[in-house]
Amino acid sequence: MTVAHVHAQPPAGVSTETYATVATTGTASKGGRRRRARRDWAGWWFVGPFMLIFGLVFVAPLLYAMYLSLFRETLMGGNSFVGLENYAKAMVDPKFWEAMLRVSIFLLVQVPIMLGLALFAALALDSARLRWVPFYRLSIFLPYAVPGVVAVMIWGYMYGSQFGLVADINRFFGVELPSPLAENFILLSIGNIVTWEFVGYNMLIFFSALKAVPQDLYEAAEIDGAGTFRTIFSIKLPSIRGAMVIATIFSVIGSFQLFNEPSILQTIAPNSITTYFTPNLYAFNLSFAGSQFNYAAAIAIVSGVITMVVAYLVQLAGEKNETKS
Amino acid sequence: MSAVDTAARSGRAPSRLASGKVARTETKRAKTVTPRHKRASVTLGILMTLMLLYCLVPLWWLVVNSTKTMDSLYNSFAFWFSGEFALFQNIVDTFTYKDGIFLRWLGNTLVYVVVGAGGATLLATLAGYGLAKYNFPGRKWVFAIILGAMAIPASALAVPQFLLFSGLGLTNTPWSVIIPSMVSAFGLYLVWVYAREAIPDELLEAARLDGAGEIRIFFVIALRQLAPALITVLMFTVVATWNNYFLPLIMLSDAQWYPLPVGLAQWAAQSSAIGGQAVPNLVITGSLLTVIPISAAFLYLQRYWQSGLTAGSVK
Repeated sequence: MTVAHVHAQPPAGVSTETYATVATTGTASKGGRRRRARRDWAGWWFVGPFMLIFGLVFVAPLLYAMYLSLFRETLMGGNSFVGLENYAKAMVDPKFWEAMLRVSIFLLVQVPIMLGLALFAALALDSARLRWVPFYRLSIFLPYAVPGVVAVMIWGYMYGSQFGLVADINRFFGVELPSPLAENFILLSIGNIVTWEFVGYNMLIFFSALKAVPQDLYEAAEIDGAGTFRTIFSIKLPSIRGAMVIATIFSVIGSFQLFNEPSILQTIAPNSITTYFTPNLYAFNLSFAGSQFNYAAAIAIVSGVITMVVAYLVQLAGEKNETKS
Repeated sequence: MSAVDTAARSGRAPSRLASGKVARTETKRAKTVTPRHKRASVTLGILMTLMLLYCLVPLWWLVVNSTKTMDSLYNSFAFWFSGEFALFQNIVDTFTYKDGIFLRWLGNTLVYVVVGAGGATLLATLAGYGLAKYNFPGRKWVFAIILGAMAIPASALAVPQFLLFSGLGLTNTPWSVIIPSMVSAFGLYLVWVYAREAIPDELLEAARLDGAGEIRIFFVIALRQLAPALITVLMFTVVATWNNYFLPLIMLSDAQWYPLPVGLAQWAAQSSAIGGQAVPNLVITGSLLTVIPISAAFLYLQRYWQSGLTAGSVK
């Protein structure tokens, strides 16, 4: 999905000096696509080790999962070839689609809120109207370093009725608030945890991009008498569109692959989180609780493909906006 | 990106540092060309402080509650200290519970981080440099495959990885956690973007004319130029490996190989199991002990993010 994004870049990334050197040595083709004069196997010394592990960790498991997804375990303990039967089953599996719908809702609500907060914070840090910028930046970024498991447990305890925030409010006001761990609220509660974990990370992606905006743009805007909001909408936001697209893509992927939060909350809210709460949780439970490895492989592949398609659409939308402006 | 770097270092960074001393340097600044410092906005300060509280309050809760005894955990206000100061007792209990398994988990986590994240950083740096500075047969394919892989999240691969590693008989060994941790496609991307411009081809050509071998050129010349990108990659892989939960959860069945997050989740789940002993004070203290080293490492390494990641996010 990032292919298009990156391929649009290389010509711009090559410095003029490089072109000059290549031109004078005269070994490069006129097309300009080939950036280096030397073309031999030396590069493999560097890329080889990565590709070796990469093959074992990325390529082989994918191929193996595809292979597995074409079989079905028989009662005798062997595997029999069933073609695309597992995929056909997934297409009409209500549990799988319920999980997909749930992460889609999550995506549509949580991602905009989180990225909106992150963008606001980044603009605030960059506005020159805030003091102690490093202090805010570090504190808001800190939750990113907290292990997901610990984050979920902290929030899980705080949500709980025994020793948390909700318990204290109930005790203090003598009320009975609806539990954040109840079935109706659990998705919201998970969204809050994910937002807490990643808002600082996204803020820093935006902030780094904002810092790269050339100073003279601001000076020109100031001379033109542009106000704060005008500067934000006409200069800052258009300049960091690339970062916004990347952050959105990462968040989309994260939403579709939601696992840690529901899986850990399950132990304290077993009634609210089903074994097929998200596609990943479903695949996990199919392979470990149910030993249905073949069907789990098919589910993992289908949800992976859907994730990639949606991420690619986000990428396309980002580029489309770019050509418009 | 070198332009970006220069902007970040010379243009804005000093003015950011100065923001804390606005009043003192006011007159000076009026004459210089830094028009971007305006009066601090109170509204902005309040909104950002709210956000700061949102981010820090759960960590505050963790610190406060790791100082409580089991009894005051249940019977006191959750956001302030209460009763006996039991932090040290809790730490001792955490390390001695179940024959000191927590220490074992800490050791496992350290090994996974050093070998996994260290290996990931080394491999990504080598490969990113190779892609940026060499033209070799199959280069285009390597690119396409790696960029495609960046779209596949680690968690989506975990189940297929388990299936394969289980077929190879590697599950329930440290290798099943370490080997997948050694690949960081995003890290490679960062190094590649950085290396393209941070290392001038002329420098490499000059070294070659002097008769230096390719490997030597990398370690003696390129590595130094790549340091900011390398440290950024290191930061991300260290955080990812220290915090990894899904992968070790499915790969490991024997508690003696668990890293901290999986172990803590098991302690937390224990209370809801039938006949299990609830140990929330140990879970909370153990969580604090897990958070402290990674936060320290993270706060130390994040200074280098600036120059390193700016590149990755802008391009």
